[in-house]
Amino acid sequence: MIPPSFDYHAPRTLPEALALLGQLGDEAKILSGGQSLLPMMKLRFAQPAHLVDIGRIPGLDYIKEEGGFLKIGALAREAGLEASEVVRSKYPILADTAAVIADPLVRNLATVAGNLAHGDPANDHPATMLALGAEVVATGPKGSRTIPIDQFFTGLFTTALQPSEVLTEIRIPAPPPGSGGAYVKLERKVGDFATAGAAVFLVIKGGTIERAGVGLTNAGPMPIKAREAESYLKGKKPDEATFAEAGRLAAAATRPGADRRGSVDYKKEMARVLTVRALRKAAQRAGGR
Amino acid sequence: MARHTVRLTVNGTPREADVESRLLLVHLLRESFRLTGTHIGCDTTHCGACTVLLDGVPVKSCTVLAVQADGRKVTTVEGLETDKLHPIQEAFMEEHGLQCGFCTPGMMLTSAALLEKTKNPGEDEIRHAISGNLCRCTGYVNIVKAVQHAAAKLG
Repeated sequence: MIPPSFDYHAPRTLPEALALLGQLGDEAKILSGGQSLLPMMKLRFAQPAHLVDIGRIPGLDYIKEEGGFLKIGALAREAGLEASEVVRSKYPILADTAAVIADPLVRNLATVAGNLAHGDPANDHPATMLALGAEVVATGPKGSRTIPIDQFFTGLFTTALQPSEVLTEIRIPAPPPGSGGAYVKLERKVGDFATAGAAVFLVIKGGTIERAGVGLTNAGPMPIKAREAESYLKGKKPDEATFAEAGRLAAAATRPGADRRGSVDYKKEMARVLTVRALRKAAQRAGGR
Repeated sequence: MARHTVRLTVNGTPREADVESRLLLVHLLRESFRLTGTHIGCDTTHCGACTVLLDGVPVKSCTVLAVQADGRKVTTVEGLETDKLHPIQEAFMEEHGLQCGFCTPGMMLTSAALLEKTKNPGEDEIRHAISGNLCRCTGYVNIVKAVQHAAAKLG
């Protein structure tokens, strides 16, 4: 399969990329890793007239801690996240997530920012970023703005990004003491999208959950932030009874569709089971039980 | 229809071609350069038959545009052999690491990249590394043995 015809642009700087996007408007799509966009173009699900390849812009592939955040640049690859020492030691939920995205060859090209900007509810990082309370930096012709992740996803394959904007950075608040996160995914085989997936981030103080973030993958037309489960967890003890009820509340927030990965009931049940498992793992990492 | 001139190094040799924007790297290699060792399997980013090394990193060439490879180094299975076979090629022969052979170029390139990074990978590491390369003959046991054999040869 060969993608439909388009014109290709390879800007060397961010201002050059922004100028091109400003000029081409919604006729253009941004290409970075290309591991979602190119397959969609080959299948004619996307037929942009122009591709603006940001892959040649230097200095955007960083993963670093700075100013109380973990900052992930637009061109940081999934493989880079998996290999990052700071991610493995301080943000294991991100290493959990990167390790189950597609396969190692795809992860050598696929970018973390692209995983969010694609707006696919079946992608894995959206749930994790929702659990972590991340922010994304969108840079456009008039400068940069910060978008909280819970306002970023606006519909199936759509986000708050304007056609003239590039997602230049993801910011994750540095984890406070007593916190832990985990991402758990059920997939039929390596490389498949999730049958269900759950991301949990907990802050535990003095044996009580002070803050909880719960995100769910492929459980509806948009990535899901399980708000009822989050508010229920607050102030509770991190024990099995608490986790069971939070799992039930998380599953109640899902709206999956039936497909070859399973029926609606099965997927809801898996969302419940995986939420409980992610809660256990997150609590264990937080050292709270 | 936009055309571009791409200049890249393929198996150590500088190459140039005039391509459409939409041409995939795998087609540039197979059709323009006649390097047909890079296979097209699923054409949907699953099977890894089209694996090549892009600046030393294994990627699926059915999901890379030829224009994205402009200015970069590509290694295909034809580039593994120097004056003699690469140790990974010898090992695949000696350990019977192939049956029909269709996945073999991709398997060998992914494995060669793994052995560049990791001296003596364990079975788990090997199986993890090749998890994006599918063998429809299901000959994984001997593929893993071949990679371990190559690791031993490379010391």
